[in-house]
Amino acid sequence: MSTPIVVEGLTKRFGSFRAVTDVTFTAPAGAITALLGPSGSGKSTVLRMIAGLEEPTAGRIVMGDEELTVKSVQERRVGFVFQHYALFRHMTVADNVGFGLRVRKEDKAVREARVRELLELVHLEPFADRYPEQLSGGQRQRVALARALAPAPKVLLLDEPFGALDAKVRQDLRRWLDELHRELGVTSLLVTHDQEEALELANQIVVMHEGRVEQVGSPGEIYDQPATPFVAGFVGAANVLHGEVVGGQIHLGSIRIPGAAHLDEGAAAAAFVRPHDVRVTSGNGDVAAVVERVASLGWLSRVSLKLPGGETLVAHVPNDDLHGVGEGDTIQVDLRNPKAFLAPESTTERADVPAGA
Amino acid sequence: MSVVATPKGRRRGWLLAACLVWVGVLLLVPLIGIVITALEPGVHVVTETVRAPDVIHALELTAVITVISVVVTALFGVVVAWVLVRQRFWGRALLNATVDLPFALSPVTVGLAALVLFGPGGWLAPFFESRGIQIIFALPSMILVTVFICVPFTIREVVPVLEEIGLDEEDASRTLGASVWQTFFRVTLPNIRWALAYGVALTTARAIGEIGAVLIVSGLLQGKTETATLFIFRAYEERQIPAADVVALLLAAVSVTLLVVIEFLRHRQERERSRT
Repeated sequence: MSTPIVVEGLTKRFGSFRAVTDVTFTAPAGAITALLGPSGSGKSTVLRMIAGLEEPTAGRIVMGDEELTVKSVQERRVGFVFQHYALFRHMTVADNVGFGLRVRKEDKAVREARVRELLELVHLEPFADRYPEQLSGGQRQRVALARALAPAPKVLLLDEPFGALDAKVRQDLRRWLDELHRELGVTSLLVTHDQEEALELANQIVVMHEGRVEQVGSPGEIYDQPATPFVAGFVGAANVLHGEVVGGQIHLGSIRIPGAAHLDEGAAAAAFVRPHDVRVTSGNGDVAAVVERVASLGWLSRVSLKLPGGETLVAHVPNDDLHGVGEGDTIQVDLRNPKAFLAPESTTERADVPAGA
Repeated sequence: MSVVATPKGRRRGWLLAACLVWVGVLLLVPLIGIVITALEPGVHVVTETVRAPDVIHALELTAVITVISVVVTALFGVVVAWVLVRQRFWGRALLNATVDLPFALSPVTVGLAALVLFGPGGWLAPFFESRGIQIIFALPSMILVTVFICVPFTIREVVPVLEEIGLDEEDASRTLGASVWQTFFRVTLPNIRWALAYGVALTTARAIGEIGAVLIVSGLLQGKTETATLFIFRAYEERQIPAADVVALLLAAVSVTLLVVIEFLRHRQERERSRT
């Protein structure tokens, strides 16, 4: 029952505003594909166009061998889960779940059996006769998922499904969705601005920015081989160091960062270095830096370093490697796996690294 | 009560008393007056009055006008409310403002406007006259002006509820395979039902009580175009005070009943709105 979704040249304009521009990707059958991007990147609009809730200005959507673009929402048979649940407030949980079968004039006995089956799947059998208002956020979203799955959709579209939930519930639900997906194997598209969520759940990630696709790849590729400065800065935390390309290296004062052979000599470049790629060494490292602040994150520490040129560098260092280094000490560090790009103006925004990457 | 003992409490006490007197004297005393004067001559006056052919006809006419007006304004009200909330189009603000026009206009003005259109020598009069359709001084014009006056009630009740509910549930319904109509009847309508009922109750009260516009377009044909309010109006003129009082009491009773129903509905609606 799993079907791939192919999106080709999808474009959406609202008046003169280009919400989505020429988006192309394939969501493989039976996999979870995440549409990842900051708010306003057009990812929800892409999802709503696939569902038929928005009409594309240009482009096409194909599901299996079915051209979806010309079909109405009603005919597309997609399951859609909304950020704010969108449960029918005047219906019980069971009626919510059975709605899709009811409007398709499914036999009553079949419908009731299917509702029971799905409530069991989402572990909400005892709540069948409750109303949505009597449920917690996490329970409501499970009802919404059961409702979307009830008519056996060919694809499942999830629009920030955990966005309205608190951190703990979000974690649980994420793990639960992962298991559920392994069990059902329905092609799923997940819209999220949470890179952790995308990395954990998705088989494939489509990174979007300002209405365009920045990169399509596996979570590993997106993280380790970012195709653009935006992806390098958005997926996972990164330090951004600006310098000049000299002989295939980025020169930044006395610091030499390798990996810029593909860039033109003399160009202004930015090197992205992940906090965990900043390694403390006992010998001579790439650079000597002064420890400004050490904050414990449990088993590792977040160390803010001041480089000789005055730049700040954030390192995530396992406590064992710190050897009691304190604030004000000078330490030697290596910069591993730097990703070098020509420096666009916008990448400087992400120089401040958030914790918990 | 300890609150009354403090200066602030005392001030509040006075305020409360003033409100009670204001509402009591202004609103309740006249009502009590009607009850007393209507029942004073004895029960036989009441039974005689409600058996009089003129009265029966007047009450029936009011009922017909009210039912038609309520059905028409409720139906179109829901459509207009839906369009106002769900669609973005040029002139939306203008439409939104126009809906409230009947609140601002005096019913007498509305009646006169109908005369200009349908009255003798009116703009549209030739069209209907040539087809033998009597609009003015007949039921159609009376319904027309009542509908006009009642237009805003349903719309103004339904619009905020539709706005608050948002689009998500309707979108969800459509992705689940429901048609536009199924979505409206199974999702949208149940969500606005109390607002709609409240709008209908207000419309009913307003339609029953309407006199200004109807007075002008009816032509005051006794036993033909005389509604309950017009009967009261004529009965007073002709010094049939007891009959006027009895019909007035009847209308008051209907209004009070409606008021109770409206209050009940408003409670239901507020409860419904508080859950999300």
